[in-house]
Amino acid sequence: MTENANLLFAIVFQLAQLLLVVLAAPLLTGWVNQCQAWLQNRSGAGVLQPYRVLRKLFHKDAVMAHNASPLFRVTPYIVFGCMWLAAAIIPIIAVDLPFSLAADVIALVGVFAVARVFLALAAMDIGTAFGSLGARREMLVSFLAEPALLMVFFTASMISHSTQLPRIVETLAHHQFMLYPSLAFAGLAFLIVLLAENARIPVDNPSTHLELTMIHEAMILEYSARHLALIEWASSLKLFAYISIGIALFLPHGIAEVDNWAGLPLAVVALLVKLMLAGAALAVFEIVSAKLRIFRAPEFLGTAFLLAVLGLLIHFLLGA
Amino acid sequence: MDAVGISPLDVVGWLVQFWIVLGIVALVLQRTPQLINNVVFPLSALTSLLLAAAGLWALAAPPGIMVLPLGLPDLPFHLRLDPLSGFFLILLGGASLGVSLFSAGYFRTMAGGTLGLLCLEYHLFLVGMTLVLLADDAYMFMVAWETMALSSYFLVTTDHAIPDIRKAGYLYLLIAHVGAIAILLSFGVMQGGHGIGAYTFDAMRGAQLSTFWSSAAFLLALFGFGAKAGVLPLHVWLPEAHPAAPSPVSALMSGVMLKTAIYGILRVTFDLLGTQLWWWGVLVLALGLLTAVFGVMFAAVQGDMKRLLAYSSIENIGLLLVGIGLTIIFHVYGKNTLAALSLTATLYHSLNHAMFKSLLFVGTGAILHATGERNMGRLGGLIHRMPWAAMLVLVGVLAIAGLPPLNGFVSEWLLLQAFLLSPGLPNSYINMLVPVAAAVIALAAALAAYVMVKFYGVIFLGQPREKVLEHAHDAGIWERSGMVWLALTCVALGLAPVFVVQQIDLVSRMLIGSGLGNAAANWVFLAPVDTERASYSPLYFLLAVLAVMLLTTVLVRRLYHGRVRRSPPWDCGFPAQTARMQDTAEGFGQPIRRIFEPFFRIEREVPSPFDTHPRYHGQSDDRLWYILYLPVKQLTERLSALTSLLQHGRIHLYLTYTFATLIVLLVFV
Repeated sequence: MTENANLLFAIVFQLAQLLLVVLAAPLLTGWVNQCQAWLQNRSGAGVLQPYRVLRKLFHKDAVMAHNASPLFRVTPYIVFGCMWLAAAIIPIIAVDLPFSLAADVIALVGVFAVARVFLALAAMDIGTAFGSLGARREMLVSFLAEPALLMVFFTASMISHSTQLPRIVETLAHHQFMLYPSLAFAGLAFLIVLLAENARIPVDNPSTHLELTMIHEAMILEYSARHLALIEWASSLKLFAYISIGIALFLPHGIAEVDNWAGLPLAVVALLVKLMLAGAALAVFEIVSAKLRIFRAPEFLGTAFLLAVLGLLIHFLLGA
Repeated sequence: MDAVGISPLDVVGWLVQFWIVLGIVALVLQRTPQLINNVVFPLSALTSLLLAAAGLWALAAPPGIMVLPLGLPDLPFHLRLDPLSGFFLILLGGASLGVSLFSAGYFRTMAGGTLGLLCLEYHLFLVGMTLVLLADDAYMFMVAWETMALSSYFLVTTDHAIPDIRKAGYLYLLIAHVGAIAILLSFGVMQGGHGIGAYTFDAMRGAQLSTFWSSAAFLLALFGFGAKAGVLPLHVWLPEAHPAAPSPVSALMSGVMLKTAIYGILRVTFDLLGTQLWWWGVLVLALGLLTAVFGVMFAAVQGDMKRLLAYSSIENIGLLLVGIGLTIIFHVYGKNTLAALSLTATLYHSLNHAMFKSLLFVGTGAILHATGERNMGRLGGLIHRMPWAAMLVLVGVLAIAGLPPLNGFVSEWLLLQAFLLSPGLPNSYINMLVPVAAAVIALAAALAAYVMVKFYGVIFLGQPREKVLEHAHDAGIWERSGMVWLALTCVALGLAPVFVVQQIDLVSRMLIGSGLGNAAANWVFLAPVDTERASYSPLYFLLAVLAVMLLTTVLVRRLYHGRVRRSPPWDCGFPAQTARMQDTAEGFGQPIRRIFEPFFRIEREVPSPFDTHPRYHGQSDDRLWYILYLPVKQLTERLSALTSLLQHGRIHLYLTYTFATLIVLLVFV
């Protein structure tokens, strides 16, 4: 009986997290932007600015190029759906997430890949110079970032003997502050991947436009109104998902364990603190670094890939 | 069933005969090409379907054996249908069903005489491949192997009036025969000099070979089958022969024929040779990794769409070899579950590759038909003119890029799981190799996505790069139905992995004596070891993504207006946009060419700023061709030049040679 009740509770919790991430993701983006503004000695637009932008975009008329194909129109929905799902299956508050049985870490990397491939295809759909430039560069960045992310996950999976996120988080959270040398390398690699995949400095610049250096912005140049809103929202969700992964793998302490529903309030508070710290750290990192030339980016990401493989090798060598 | 005395092997035998009849009928029907198109090819497709069904039946049935009173005296043809053959028959039947349906539409513009001949060769090719899978003695195997090689050679050179195609066919034939000699020698080693009766596979299974000789047999077989599969460095024929052949033929060659080589490696390694050595696995693994990265790297810089797909086939063969290598290593060290897991991944990926690569190749056929253009730099924007082809090819592209929830992802997932579960091998060097290999696989998979975005984006998306593309027509009904079948199998193989894995288990049990067991906890969750370690459910995955997408769509539609205004593209306000400003295939591959520059042999002509008619020319060639093949060619030419010193065409000189030889022989005797 309690088993069933727990399963029901877990499903409810899964749905609650689904709702929570989609609502909270723009807030995190707003927080990072606000931190940056403070660091640059500006007053900033406030943490709620992303919501205002989304609201504005949803109210506008969509403008689309004459030769936009159906692929162009469905892509925002696919990208948004994938990112939403990705952010919803990462255990950040409690490890009871029933859906994570259907998609483990490899599938999570796959979800990110689906969104990326569709976005790149949509960027090429109109046939503008900037669109294909953005698609090409995005794929260039990802072909090194994706295997690096996979290797980071592999290191964590090797430690916990599972590719399921809840099991990984559980194992890592249980070992009280035991330092895994392999995870140190993986953490460094993950940081680089996070920056690259979320179009942050030094690989890309989220606030740039009309520049030959842009990657992500070049891909979504032709989108407007609700489509753009969905893509922007998806970007927030992606940032949220990546920071969640970071928290889940490297700072899982404080998470509510299996069937420990009483630990939820504490877990929520812990998560809030962690998210705020991570967002602020991201802002600081971006402020102190300069953007790389596009052809230095593969070297930067190659470093991430090597670090991640090194982490995995160290796990094999030391068994930790 | 047994009650009526029919075995799967009987059925396959009838189907093969029916294929031969169809080929001959096509030759007779030369005057009425529409009959060949509308009757012979669809019937052939039906035969393929039955063949796949017979293969499925054979998986569960006990092995069937048949001895045909043909062949040499004292050496009749032996046929055997066991689960391994059955699995590859499913692959052959499933892929050729789609390709034959497509052919019914594709060849409609061909003249009757050529078409009749082509149809005969096409069916002989299918028969050859089927018999390769059924053969149970070396002689039968070689006959079938050569039938396959020769009929495909003639199919490749269908447009033999073009010198480049003749050249490509010659290269193909050459490497196929170098490989065939190695396979023959391998059989010779396994036969072990025990008389003519020992050429049956049964005798080879029982033969006790020393480590040295079994290694020799394995290496020869690896070389021979590797030549057919396109393993580095014997891959050079693939990017030449695939573009030369008509698209359905490329589809069969890439989708099915390469898999017969994989079948051969599996058959020799696990069935005919009783025991394996660990270093075989390491060798195969290393070769596979090299081949995979090499293939995908070169695919990224191709401008010709069929060459691109050919290089992508090389990559996939590399992945299959990695799976085989892992299986050998695990099997040798007695890790039965892991061996079964990597063998399952290998077989699954063979099946997947057969489907999506056939789909993509016939897709290029539809494009070729509509535009007459193979060069991606002259295509573009076809999604508007060819919506059906665009949609179906998109399925293939997503599948081959290894994206969930399609089939490419499942086999990749299984392979990565095999890597993840691997620690604990007694040999620490191999243990170190495993993570590096996993990293290389991940890199190759990510690059494959790059290649496929390029393939699809440049061909189907954007603006048409040439005027003629505006008259492009979509695939016809036959072509479409063939592609629909192949796309559906890609989706089905992606969504029902548990069923497929259960079937593959029967093959694993036969080959390595263990399967994944009740790994699949229930019918929706794929869990190779146990659900605690890893599980994946494509069905739930798809449902979740669809549900979330639908919810979003409904919410956005409900809460906001759906107004859309059409306008010229924005593109940062730059008004003078032309189709030539989009990335070409060349441009899209440029970053890869730059990053991996040392691996390519790049020839570039850059115009000077003062050129009135600037022309850019760039070519990235395979270094191996210049390092490995050209020296061999020069050596051969030099040796034949030496031989020609003896040849003068004068009778009295030849008589002198004969006389001299006689004297020498007499001295010795």
